[in-house]
Amino acid sequence: MNWLAAFLMLWGAFFFLTGTVGYVRFPDCFTRMHAVGKSDTLGAFLSLLGIACYTGWTLLSLKMIFVAVFILIANPTATHALARAALASGLQPWVRRD
Amino acid sequence: MMQLFSGLSILLIGLILVTVGLVLYRPGIFDRMIGIGVIGTKTTVLLAYVGVVFGRPEAFVDIALTYGLLNLVLALGVARYLRAEGEAQ
Repeated sequence: MNWLAAFLMLWGAFFFLTGTVGYVRFPDCFTRMHAVGKSDTLGAFLSLLGIACYTGWTLLSLKMIFVAVFILIANPTATHALARAALASGLQPWVRRD
Repeated sequence: MMQLFSGLSILLIGLILVTVGLVLYRPGIFDRMIGIGVIGTKTTVLLAYVGVVFGRPEAFVDIALTYGLLNLVLALGVARYLRAEGEAQ
């Protein structure tokens, strides 16, 4: 069970790192939302699932799984709302010019 | 196993500090709101890690849950406000 927890948490940390690299390096507000909205959600989900595996089958791990599923629903919702607001406020998406 | 938890907590603190620096010094309100959402998600996971490291995960997971809920409410409220602002112009 510990090996599974370590595996899940390391993949979660990898996705967190990827999302932050995308947030630092991408050129535009929409592309940054694209990078962060997906990889951060998956990173948080995998990390919390790993902690739930580590603590065993108790009420605590049930709460962890609840937090993970909540983030899985709430984070794309927030990103979607922000993207719609950015589009409605007249922000132009970045396009490649060459 | 505790070393893994501590290392991942330190990694998350580093990523949060990078994001805080960009939120402070990069222009654009939507970029800042995305950064604040990233900080909120990472802090939720960091609270769960820190609870395991300190040996009291029961107390910290409730705080993490509250933080995640507040993060969602903040993002939705600011998105609605900014949308009304953009349509008013």
